Amino acid sequence: MMFQKIVDWIDARIPMTETWNKHLAQYPAPKNFNGWYVFGALAILVLVNQILTGIWLTMNYEPSGDGAFRSIEYIMRDVDYGWLLRYLHSTGASAFFVVVYLHMFRGMMYGSYQKPRELLWLFGMLIYLVLMAEAFMGYLLPWGQMSYWGAQVIISLFGAIPYFGDDITLWIRGDYVVSGATLNRFFALHVIALPLVLVILVFLHIIALHEVGSNNPDGIEIKRKEGTVPKEAQTTQFTFHPYYKKGKTIIDAIPFYPYYIVKDIVAVAIFFIFFCYIVFFMPEGGGYFLEKPNFEAANPLKTPEHIAPVWYFTPFYAILRAVPDKLAGVLLMFAAIAVLALLPWFDRGKVRSIRYRSVLHKLNLVQFVISFVILGYLGVQAPTPMFTLMSQIFTLTYFGFFFALFVYSKNEDTKPLPERLTR
Amino acid sequence: MSNAPVDNSRRRFLTVTTAVVGGAGAVGAAVPFIASWMPSAKAKSAGAPVEADISKIEPGQMIRVEWRGKPVWIISRTKEMIDGLAKHEDKLRDPASEVEQQPSWAKNRGRSIKEDIFVAVGICTHLGCSPGYYPGTFEEQVEGVPDGFFCPCHGSKFDMAGRVFAGVPAPTNLVIPPYKFLNDTTIVIGLEDTA
Repeated sequence: MMFQKIVDWIDARIPMTETWNKHLAQYPAPKNFNGWYVFGALAILVLVNQILTGIWLTMNYEPSGDGAFRSIEYIMRDVDYGWLLRYLHSTGASAFFVVVYLHMFRGMMYGSYQKPRELLWLFGMLIYLVLMAEAFMGYLLPWGQMSYWGAQVIISLFGAIPYFGDDITLWIRGDYVVSGATLNRFFALHVIALPLVLVILVFLHIIALHEVGSNNPDGIEIKRKEGTVPKEAQTTQFTFHPYYKKGKTIIDAIPFYPYYIVKDIVAVAIFFIFFCYIVFFMPEGGGYFLEKPNFEAANPLKTPEHIAPVWYFTPFYAILRAVPDKLAGVLLMFAAIAVLALLPWFDRGKVRSIRYRSVLHKLNLVQFVISFVILGYLGVQAPTPMFTLMSQIFTLTYFGFFFALFVYSKNEDTKPLPERLTR
Repeated sequence: MSNAPVDNSRRRFLTVTTAVVGGAGAVGAAVPFIASWMPSAKAKSAGAPVEADISKIEPGQMIRVEWRGKPVWIISRTKEMIDGLAKHEDKLRDPASEVEQQPSWAKNRGRSIKEDIFVAVGICTHLGCSPGYYPGTFEEQVEGVPDGFFCPCHGSKFDMAGRVFAGVPAPTNLVIPPYKFLNDTTIVIGLEDTA
């Protein structure tokens, strides 16, 4: 057959079929993935959306202090479907964080960061960091009031560094204030440098995942030492790639393709319903996805009455504001991300999934989510004394999650783990 | 191909020297990439002094002028504002302006040359927002202080001499730029009498 001949010709020159099998058609995925397991695939979908719409936006965007704001208006009004491309991109940014936050929460719930998946978790945290940098730099590009003052505040964070702070902020801005020079370099980083880094990190994240294998809602391994699984319990229904079988017997697994691809397609369809609703009917997201002051061109002489970052940064922003000291506030904000990255070492437990962990752990995770959400709310509000006090309390409970976890996870009252995957 | 035995120490020497020389080259090559991020010659030259006409400022009023891209406030302080400066110094972080946020000639209670004309860079020393001016309505921020500046971003507060209140995120007083009076009605920002 002609098609097979082409495939053979390629396979003799590059391991195409081999790669397809190893990472998709013969990749053993636990059979009990639930709805929480769709967000990784959705994140890739949103990444593709951002890259595609981003490339098209650069075709009409003008990266200069004089032209940026005008060119956005031009895209919105004069370019055919320019409004759609821009709203897909701006809504996509928020969607990216929704999906990534849910993906991270899934990992926290089922202990997917625990040994041997620490590096996988760290790559994920790096992706999250780069994503934040990417979103922040992208937000400057429309050159509106919120773009300008948001960038002014975030760049000034580095001014808190003792001795070198002022020189570093000068170096980042390339001018004595945020100016066209800053805009141009952010544009370069936003469209070339960071997307490249992001794609490389996503590649490493997936390679690391496939090396250690996917975790699952039960948090038990599906690769057992050869000879420990009785013959009648083994399934021979599927072919898995020999790479994953070295000295191991794989149980309770199904190939990623086609089984989970089909499942992900359902998730993609549901995701698009919500996503398109926002793109077409509320692209500004009630002022949370595109903030109102950003419809006014940047004015270096006047800060808007109330400035707040876009919603996905607000929990960390609230932590920054909770501290009445510049350097300490900045350090605590970065620490809030660092502790998340160090989660595999804060959790000293051996049981991964929340299903089999103590009531204390369940309560602790719930209080963490509540703290995170309330901090997110406080981050968009004006800093009244009452809200500042609340920010301080929930900053404590945010960090409290990690310290409590470190303490009780050593000798936790866990339930017995099942022998095989349950549901 | 010679059949001489492998000389390991020689091989190690070559590896190390190649790595060191190559590393030095990489560091050297990084210089232009890093240095190109500094302000360009054009940006540096844009810092020229600016003149402002202050004859039309009513007492209590503020005008903003742009100097090096930053907002500079010029305020005509009323007598009450000047007298008020002494009354809340216990609530300030640095009432005597010990931290060098001003030219030496402005290290006085009003942080100014003339008592009634207050000039400051309108950039919060916390994270660089421009605070708002609340003449007569500052009481809701600090009890007993009728006038002042409040930063909407993170809630920092300053008095009518740009001195920071204690217990807010901003670490230091507002910056006082170099300036001088050309005559009674004209002020120039960016130049000072060095005498």
